[in-house]
Amino acid sequence: MSGTRAPLRASQRSPRTGISFEDMAARRAERLVNLVICLLSTRQFLTAERIRDAVPGYEAADGAKATDEAFKRMFERDKAELRELGIPLETGRNSTFDAEDGYRIRRGDYELPAIEFDAAEAAAVGLAARLWQSATLGEPARQALIKLRAAGTDVRAADAPGAVPHLDASDPSLPALLEAARTSTVVRFDYQKSGAEAPLRRTLEPWGVLSWRRRWYVAGFDRDRGEPRSFRLSRITGPVETVGKPRAFERPEKVDLLDMVSGRRWGDDRLALVGVSGSGAGQLRRIAQSEVEGVLTINFTDRNWLARVIAGAGASAVALEPPDLVDAVVERLRSVAGEA
Amino acid sequence: MAGANLERLPRLLALVPYLQARPGISVADAAADFNVTEAQLRKDLTLLWMCGLPGHGPGDLIDLSFEGESVSVIFDAGMSRPLRLTAEEALALVVALRTLAETPGLADTDAVQRALAKVERAAGGAVDDSTVAVELDEIERLQPLLQRSIDEGRALRLKYYSASRDETSERTVDPLRLFEADGRDYLEAWCRQAEGLRVFRLDRIEDATLLDEPAAVPEGVQPRDIAEGVYQPASEHLLAMLRVGPAYAWVADYYVAEDVVEDGAGLRVSLRVADPAWVRTLVLGSAGQVEVLSPEWLAEDLRAEAGRALAAYAGR
Repeated sequence: MSGTRAPLRASQRSPRTGISFEDMAARRAERLVNLVICLLSTRQFLTAERIRDAVPGYEAADGAKATDEAFKRMFERDKAELRELGIPLETGRNSTFDAEDGYRIRRGDYELPAIEFDAAEAAAVGLAARLWQSATLGEPARQALIKLRAAGTDVRAADAPGAVPHLDASDPSLPALLEAARTSTVVRFDYQKSGAEAPLRRTLEPWGVLSWRRRWYVAGFDRDRGEPRSFRLSRITGPVETVGKPRAFERPEKVDLLDMVSGRRWGDDRLALVGVSGSGAGQLRRIAQSEVEGVLTINFTDRNWLARVIAGAGASAVALEPPDLVDAVVERLRSVAGEA
Repeated sequence: MAGANLERLPRLLALVPYLQARPGISVADAAADFNVTEAQLRKDLTLLWMCGLPGHGPGDLIDLSFEGESVSVIFDAGMSRPLRLTAEEALALVVALRTLAETPGLADTDAVQRALAKVERAAGGAVDDSTVAVELDEIERLQPLLQRSIDEGRALRLKYYSASRDETSERTVDPLRLFEADGRDYLEAWCRQAEGLRVFRLDRIEDATLLDEPAAVPEGVQPRDIAEGVYQPASEHLLAMLRVGPAYAWVADYYVAEDVVEDGAGLRVSLRVADPAWVRTLVLGSAGQVEVLSPEWLAEDLRAEAGRALAAYAGR
């Protein structure tokens, strides 16, 4: 307790009069901090009435005791705000003799577990938080940095190198869908399909959310259509509503979000086998799923397109399967060789 | 009012453990870390000083000490650790770190992976690995690395798919600049294998490695003027004449043609070709829609190549 003291001391607090809007906000913030400290310091569940006595700030604006009704309103609002910030406010009774529920915050649930970063890790975290271009997830990223700093690590938003990839999350539905996918909660939203006149109501079991080519998508089981589908977030109009409770559906064990979103829809694909030799056939090698002993496996939907690429590779590539693809390639080559 | 607190309360809760971890930190530094003014931070500290354990007796309140411009925590009233990350906060960091991990050349990749593991552990299951994914395309992935090679003047090892040759090869290049033309991203660099300036399309670079050796662009070599288009025909290039059918009329627009004449239902197109290989790919795949009229050796070459390719289908 050394140094120059600030002029104010808690014991000198006097009842406030003529309260401004800013004072009100400050008073409430103070009450909330006191509430958190109080609930963290107790192992027992504290009833609302005990909290009212123990935590300063539940008086009326003029310092007199608030009416029961006013107190209840304040306390409900405070609980909601703590929960909104992610503070694990627990409800329960100390014994079966208790007439009403009480509250506490379990320290283990509240506190950030021990986490330390070396300089390189801290630089990576600082840089990562800067990739967000919009507030939707940029603000949570900044809040996370504040907590990590408070845990003792110097995580600074480092100077970004010349070019960084931009993570855009300006779609307002993103947080709700992330949360729904995480908790396996069914969602409902209006979706404006391109070319369609009016948005359509969709009910989806969300399996996951994907950022691809600078756009966000949600993929899952479309209950209206009865099959897996993906949706672009920028085409969701209006709010995302949750339907029912979390853990309402089982997510398939193996889900390739990219496959679903990039239009490689299940069942539509056909499989081609193409033999290659030498260093040519570069494009075929690029689009192949695998290459085993000179044989490429390629998923395709457009036979003509694939036949063109195979014929274009000349003697470096041979179509092996399926037969209609082989025929299409042969036809193309014949028209060039002059045997058509 | 709730809105104001949603910003301020998290800061107030983080402030005590933050100060505790940094005894004697200056008010200015702390304000910078929390991205608020010094005046606001002092208001926060004054407010915290009024908070404490129930009872609010002399020993129950948060106690801070000020020495000149620096501040320390004497008693924290149990506020010794910051609040856990919310699911959203953890996710924002994890998604960004994964993006970083996918982007070569931006940060120490091992450090990114370690940080990712630590954040995921601290989030304690708040982030489900499988429900969120980030897929960057080649351009987003490579641009930072290529930019860095130019900024730091370092050579690059490229794995590049050449569409004209229809093959992927590795080469060492000395980068000059990145540019965008006609909606595409390009890297212009001195290619050591070809001993010449080359333009690489970013979406065809399959992999790039930053080398430790400095870039060595030969004296006097300047980026080319691309005002007339990225690919410029040169008089020393082969002059080819093609007959193209209606389905391939785009060839006349896509490549810089010297001459285009209507020819029945199609076009007769004359153009300069730096590498005949792309004509080969174009013609072989065209189902007869593109035909080489001259030079005759190229036309003959292509008929022979088609015949060699057909040999593999003997019996059909």
